[in-house]
Order: sequence, then C-alpha cells, then structure tokens
Amino acid sequence: MDALALSRLQFAFTIGFHILWPTLTIGTAWFVTLLSFLWWRTGKLVYRDLMRFWMRLFALGFGMGVVTGIVLSYEIGTNWAGFSRSVANVLGPLFAYETMTAFFLEAGFIGIMLFGEARVSKATHFFACLMVAMGALISSTWIIAANSWMQTPAGAVADAEGVFHVVDWGQVIFTSSFPYRLAHMVCASFLTCAFVIAGVSAFHLWRGQHVAASRTAFSMALWLALVLAPLQIFIGDLHGRNTLQEQPTKLAAMEGLWETTRGPAMTVFAWPDMAAQKNLYALDIPHLASLYLTHSWDGEVEGLKAVPPADQPNVPVVFFAFRIMVGIGMLLLATAITGAVLRLRRRLYEARWFHLVAMATTPLGFVAVIAGWTVTEAGRQPWIIYGALRTADAAAPVAAGAVTASLVIFFAVYNLLLLAFVWFAGRVALTGPTDTSLRVSERPGLERTSVDLFATTPPPSLAHGTGQAKA
Amino acid sequence: MTELMQADHVPLLFAAVAVFCVTVYVLADGLDLGVGILFLAAPRDQDRDVMMASIEPVWDGNETWLVMGGTLLFAAFPAGYYVLLPAFYLPIMFMLFALIFRGVAFGFRLQATRYRPAWDAAFFAGSVLATFCQGLILGGLINGVPVENGMFAGGPFSFLSLLGVMCGVGLVGGYGLIGAGWLIWKGQGPTQVFAREIAHAALILTAVMMLLVSLWSAWSVPDVAERWFSLPNLLWLAPVPLVALAVVVSIWRGIWTAREGQTFVLSLVLFALGLIGLVVSLWPYVVPRQVTVWDGLADPQSLAFVGIGVAVIIPIVLAYQVHAYWVFRGKTVDHGGYGGEA
Repeated sequence: MDALALSRLQFAFTIGFHILWPTLTIGTAWFVTLLSFLWWRTGKLVYRDLMRFWMRLFALGFGMGVVTGIVLSYEIGTNWAGFSRSVANVLGPLFAYETMTAFFLEAGFIGIMLFGEARVSKATHFFACLMVAMGALISSTWIIAANSWMQTPAGAVADAEGVFHVVDWGQVIFTSSFPYRLAHMVCASFLTCAFVIAGVSAFHLWRGQHVAASRTAFSMALWLALVLAPLQIFIGDLHGRNTLQEQPTKLAAMEGLWETTRGPAMTVFAWPDMAAQKNLYALDIPHLASLYLTHSWDGEVEGLKAVPPADQPNVPVVFFAFRIMVGIGMLLLATAITGAVLRLRRRLYEARWFHLVAMATTPLGFVAVIAGWTVTEAGRQPWIIYGALRTADAAAPVAAGAVTASLVIFFAVYNLLLLAFVWFAGRVALTGPTDTSLRVSERPGLERTSVDLFATTPPPSLAHGTGQAKA
Repeated sequence: MTELMQADHVPLLFAAVAVFCVTVYVLADGLDLGVGILFLAAPRDQDRDVMMASIEPVWDGNETWLVMGGTLLFAAFPAGYYVLLPAFYLPIMFMLFALIFRGVAFGFRLQATRYRPAWDAAFFAGSVLATFCQGLILGGLINGVPVENGMFAGGPFSFLSLLGVMCGVGLVGGYGLIGAGWLIWKGQGPTQVFAREIAHAALILTAVMMLLVSLWSAWSVPDVAERWFSLPNLLWLAPVPLVALAVVVSIWRGIWTAREGQTFVLSLVLFALGLIGLVVSLWPYVVPRQVTVWDGLADPQSLAFVGIGVAVIIPIVLAYQVHAYWVFRGKTVDHGGYGGEA
C-alpha cells in the first residue's frame, strides 16, 4: 500500500477509536452534573453515591479521550499536510477556538470535579462538573462545525494554488449541514449513555445489589431514552433530507440507489455491485424511500450514476453502515418503549428478562455511532472537502514505511488500551456504587465490614473501586 | 480588525503568543513529565502514590498547552505546521504513543493491584520517551529541515542528529529537575528527601547538556554561531548564559535549604533562559532558514478571528488554571493510596 492508503487507514482507525470516548463522556459528564446538582439541592445520599460511581467511570473514559484526541490534532499535519496547507486559514482558527474554549475549560475543572469534592463546597463542585460538561459540548460544537465545513463548504474561496481564504466566518461555522450534524451527534452521545447507564444499573438490579441507587439510575436512564430515541430518529430524518439536498451522491449510496428515479423504493437488503453499477439480491419496498426522503409518493431522487464511477464513494461500505445505524436506532427505540410499558405496569424493577435486554443494549450506541460516522465520512469520498479537494491530493510527503510503522503500533496500542479499559471500567461498573444511602445493616456484605472506612471517605478518587473489591 | 492584522507588528505578536504557549507548555508539562521521569527512582510505593497524587489534578491542563501550541501553529503559521509535522513524523508519533501510555497510567495505576508495577513502568517509560522525542524534535529544528516547493522534502529519518540526541538527554535531565523541584515543594518526609537527593543528579545532567547543546549547535550550525558571536550581538546576548550559570549555582546551593519552593522556581527560570537562547538562535524563522514568520503567516481575516480569542480567552484560561493549582495548594496528601493498602 502507498502512504496515502496507509494514512487513510490510520486516520480512520485513530478517529474511529477516539470517537468512542467523547460519545461516552459527553453524556456521562452531563449525567454526573445532574447528579451533583441533585445532591447539592436535595442532600439525598443516593445521588452522591451515584455521582461518585459515575464519576469514576467518566474519569477512565475522559483519560482515554484526552490521549487519543491529542493524536488527531497532530495527525492532521503529519499525515495530511496537503489538506493543512489548503484549509489552514479556515479550520486552523476553529481548532484553536476548540482548544481555547473547550479543552482548557475541561482540563481546568476536571481536577476539582474528580478530586476536589472534599475541598470545595457542593455548589462549587456542581459548578466544576457543569464547566467540564459544557467544555465537552463546546468541543463537539467546534469540531462538528469543522467537519460540516468539509462536508458542505461555504464562506471561503480557493485561490489558484488551492489555498482557501475566508470571506465570511458566519457562513464557515454555520454551514447548511452543521445544525443537523451537531444535533444528531450530541443526541447520539446522550442516547448511548442512557443505555450504558441503564445497562449497568440493570446488572445490579438483576443481581439484587445496590438496589436503591440502581433503581434511581435505571429509571432516570429509561426516561431519557424514551425521549431521546424517537427524537434521534426525527433528527436523523432531517439530517438525511439535508444530505439529499447537499450531497445527493452520498444519499444515493446510503439508499443503494443507482438510477435517478421518481418515487424510489426502499431497499431493505441488497449487495451493491460497484463494477456492474447495480444491486444484486435486492429486496425492495416500492415508493417507501420516496415517502421518507421527499415526503411525497413519487418525488425524484438522484441516483449514483449521476456522477462517474470515479466520483462515487465505496457504496457497500456506506450502504451497510447506514443499515447498521438505523437498525440499532430502531432496537433502542423498541427497548425504550418496552421500558415505558413495564413502568406503566409497575414491573420495571422486577422484570428480570428486561434487565437482561437492557444489559445487552449497553454497547449498541457505540456501534451505531461508529456506523454513522462511517456513513458520513466514507460517503463523502473521494472528496476530503466535498466538491473542492480530493483526498488523494491532501496527503503529506511522508514515507510509506514510516506510516506502516505508526499504523501497526497504533493498532497494537489501541487494542491494548481498549482491553485495559474494559477490564478496569468493567470492574468498577460491576462492583457498583457505594451504598452510603443505606443503613449499615442493609448494605451488601462486602461493605458492612468496612463501614467506618467508607463513612469517612475523602473525595471519590479512582481508588474506590479497588477499595471495595479488596476491603 | 482585519486592517489591523495587515500591519507589520502582527507576525511579531503571534510569534510572541506562540513562544508564550510553548513556554507555558514546557514549564507546566515539564513538571509532570519530570515527576514521571523520577517515578521509578523513588524508593517506596508510598512515594509514588504521593508523586502521582501531586500532579493528578493538573496534568491534563498542562498537556492541553501542547494541543494549544499545535493548533495555534496551524492557525497562525500554517507553513510551519504543514512543513514541520511531516518532517518530524516519527518522533511526533512516538511522543504521542508515549503520552498515551503515561496518560492512561494515571487512571489505570490506581485501579490496578496485581499489575501496578507494569503501570508504574508505563508511566515512567512514557514520560521519558515523550521527553526524549521532544528533544529529538528540538535538535532537528535547530539543524533545519529540507524543504522543496514549500513542502517537506526529506526522508523519515532526516530529523535524526547527534544534536537531537543531546537535546533529548538534556531535556530528560531538565524536566527531571523541574519534577524534583516540584516534589521538594509539594512533598514531605522521605518523598521530599528523595526529591532533594535526585535534584543534584538532574541538575548536573541539565547543566552539562545545556552547555554541550549550546556549544555543539554553535559549532555545527554556522548561522547560530553568527547570531551569538558576532559583535555587537555578543555583548547584548552575553547576559543570557551568565545568568543561567548564576541560576545553576543558586539551585545547587539551595536544594537542601528550608525555602522549599526555591529549587522549583529557579529550575523554571533556568528553562525560560534556555528558551530565550533558543529564540535568539532561531529568530525570525518558523522553519529554520526556510520560512520566516512573515512568509508563514495565515490570512489577516483568519488571524483577526484567532487574535480576538487569544486576547480574550487565554487570560481567563490562565486564571482558572491558577485557580485549579490553588485549590490543591499545600503539601500533597495522598488520598488515593488507601484503596490499594486496605
């Protein structure tokens, strides 16, 4: 493989790995902030127990997000010098603002959030949590503004040498796909976290441990899911209709639509054959795609063949990634509705089969996020800036051997990290929160013996997991 | 604002901001990288618990200045960004791998029981490797990088030089010195004694390597020699090495005194002097002897946008970073260790 293909592989791998952690931490940061607020205002110990517990999991994910994120800010130069040369005037300031307004905000308050609970008032602790959560949200806003500009560029013009110059910052930041992409991503993070929280709580309910805290968290998470799952599908629909307008070729790849058609069918399954420029083994539902894309019975939708094959993305990748994302979205919606029905029948905390279902949904949000980013990024190819700069012209003058070496090491290191994270975070999650809200006699056996230790616990440092496991 | 950004002083302003970011990064992350460099040398596990607890609340904020430096280079001096980063591909990648290991070691070490020594080793090795790679980059920068048609035109190992290796060793010693100073200040009892003892070794290594790097770069890079040794430059610049020498002597004599913050503060001063020397050697280039700050500058309308942010936000950032240090002021008491020992 040449340096370009290797750089693409490396960037896809490192950014795909990175996106897992913001997905986890944007949502959990806001959950911890909410719990800190509830603990401050109500003084109920169950909120503090949950806050400390989710803070520990948040901290592990946050660390992963920081170290894998720094990699990206340098890879844009090391591997994509042609891209940097072309867009520095446009994207440089956006990245600089992300660092100044988001990363510093998170970094400045994360210490107080995680280690300062005993040193500051409840209100200050809540404020620190809020700043970290705001930082996470601001960061995603800037980075999605940058990504949206690459998808639907506006407000800048390229000169003869291909270097972009900004004409209007408002247009650069608020491109036409930006609001949909931002809403879709933030909602995805919250939805994913809702099911992570539900899944972890369900495990403890299923085991009959930490019942008070787990019921509270399970209930909160499922309320959130019930609102967000349909909302996410609604936003997704709007985002899709924006893509239809702005990037018709990407949308055609998502739908597996080759010919420009009036009243196109929805293709449930097919094998898109790029060489033959048609679908094999297609299972179609007539007119359905027309209904959800154009909201009319026989609206016209542009097909892939409207552009030459060299300008088409890898259709099977986009096609299947899209189906995985939508399929998971529907599964999560079904789970949220089932939870609501059980709640109405007052069986939410007793239905053990549903706790198993909730546990099974824990990783699904992450899979959907990866699939969704695959759709939007692979669907943009062969362009790195849609319609303006080809990925092939964006690479850096680096040797293929050097990129091979870094790619192999990234692959090994990231897998090792994931293993370590699953091991440590899994242990924290399965050990569960410390039940200071319960009377000593009601606590699980492990904690009863060490009650004094926990009663005088200094701030919830990361060490508590081991404390409980070993005490 | 945009008109303002076309004036001649603009490159100087942004160069000053960039130097400021690099300085803050080196001083701030220097202290926590330095603690990592000393990590395995500490005699007891309890020392390591305190050492890590002392930097745990602040390391992330320190490291963010590295991202700030990178993004500011991208936004203000794009030519520097897209020429230098491919030129230092391998040392940058290995620095990132090292920072990954030491970054996650913060969280995982406390969780680990059986494999704690492995995470100790990861934290130490990550800190040393990241620092050494920064030295390699620094040495390569002083030597200059090959450029053709405005793009990097060398091979994957063209960054490598004896000067880089010397810078790497010197930086390991220097960060170790800052780390030792930090631990004299924040630690107590045996941890503090350990820090005082190791500060001597770190200081010797730092001073010797600073001298060697200065002489070697003056001898091997004619432009650097020209900058320092021609008259009247020599007279203007002579105070820099002389003050550095005085600082080295005061650090040496102050390590065991009761003024516990002195070693830390003076080691920061020593580093600042080193950076001044570096700026003197390299000015006015972003890419040494190829791209000046005037040639490498971004568009005025982009600089205006970034400039507003820098002027308004960076002071606020500094204020709450200082606040974060203030919340955790005083001697570090290790809260984290009890879990493992209980």
